[in-house]
Amino acid sequence: MNTTTWLEYLLSFLILSGAVFTFIGSLGLARLRDFYTRLHGPTKATTLGLGSLLIASALYFSTRSTGISLHEVLVTFFLFITAPVSAHLLAKAALHLKLPSLATTPEETSQTHKKTNAPSEESH
Amino acid sequence: MRRLLPHPLLTLALASLWLLLTNSIAPGQIVLGLVLGWGIPFLTRRICPEKVQIHKPLTLLHFIGVVLMDIVLANLTVARLILGRPQSLRPAFVVLPLTLTSDIAISLLANTITLTPGTLSALLSPDRKTLLIHALDVDDSDTLVATIKQRYERPLKEIFEAC
Amino acid sequence: MLNIAILIAFALVAAAVALNFWRLLRGPSTLDRILALDTLYVNTIALLVLLGIHLSSAIYFEVALLIALVGFVGTVALCKYLLRGDIIE
Repeated sequence: MNTTTWLEYLLSFLILSGAVFTFIGSLGLARLRDFYTRLHGPTKATTLGLGSLLIASALYFSTRSTGISLHEVLVTFFLFITAPVSAHLLAKAALHLKLPSLATTPEETSQTHKKTNAPSEESH
Repeated sequence: MRRLLPHPLLTLALASLWLLLTNSIAPGQIVLGLVLGWGIPFLTRRICPEKVQIHKPLTLLHFIGVVLMDIVLANLTVARLILGRPQSLRPAFVVLPLTLTSDIAISLLANTITLTPGTLSALLSPDRKTLLIHALDVDDSDTLVATIKQRYERPLKEIFEAC
Repeated sequence: MLNIAILIAFALVAAAVALNFWRLLRGPSTLDRILALDTLYVNTIALLVLLGIHLSSAIYFEVALLIALVGFVGTVALCKYLLRGDIIE
């Protein structure tokens, strides 16, 4: 009986912190002032937010049903790999399109521009 | 041996991926997973990327631990910055000179930088010598570069590129 | 206890989705909208996971996995399009 309440506290904590981090990530998306800083919120906060939600789900189903349930790990793993990749691509596209930034973009962007502007009739 | 089993690590990874996907460890599923893990690399060996060698497995485990801790810290840092006043942020672009050369090490470093405190890898220069990083709140860019080099680049170099 | 936690979590994630929609409608650039869509699918996965725990049913897992896969491919395709003006070269 004691372990069940302990588990319930742990699950509630994981679910709440996951939801709070997810919310803060989206708040960053809505609140910050230029594209590059906005990029930070969702990529970081959603990985931990969704990560702890998925850990809570794995714990819940492992203790509830007959066997251990680990397939949530798969989604977590996948998101941890893909979130940085899509953030990197978004940042690269933003540099390519020369989006306005609060920070000074280095002159290096002009170099890579030459390389990446392969056939593009409609690049916006 | 080399021809029959081109990527032993990939085989194990694919087999465990299959077991996670089916969510069971029945003997039949293990066999099926191993067959898939052997068959897929074998059939795609012509288009497979370069072979990955892990020189120091223990350093890799330690590195994973450090990164997981840093992800939690990163989230707390970014949460604090987002909830604070947006006007007080000091975003900056920082150029990180790379000493890594292999594909896997560079991509892992870029991913780690994105997942850890207040930094985001934005652009790899075409000659693969520098990585452009966007940081959310910077005090001193030199310290940031030194931290990244010492904390993430050095272990990655030890793991994937034998010294 | 757990039910209350899940309800609060539902409210928080729903608010996050609303914020994403706000950014999606407001823009100002195309990339902002892509980023909003990217965050939107991640938040959808969060909602599905919460629903799965709430209903004690594991069938939502496959949906979450599929959204994760397709959402990532979608973001990459959109970024590729903006970078090169073409998706498949």
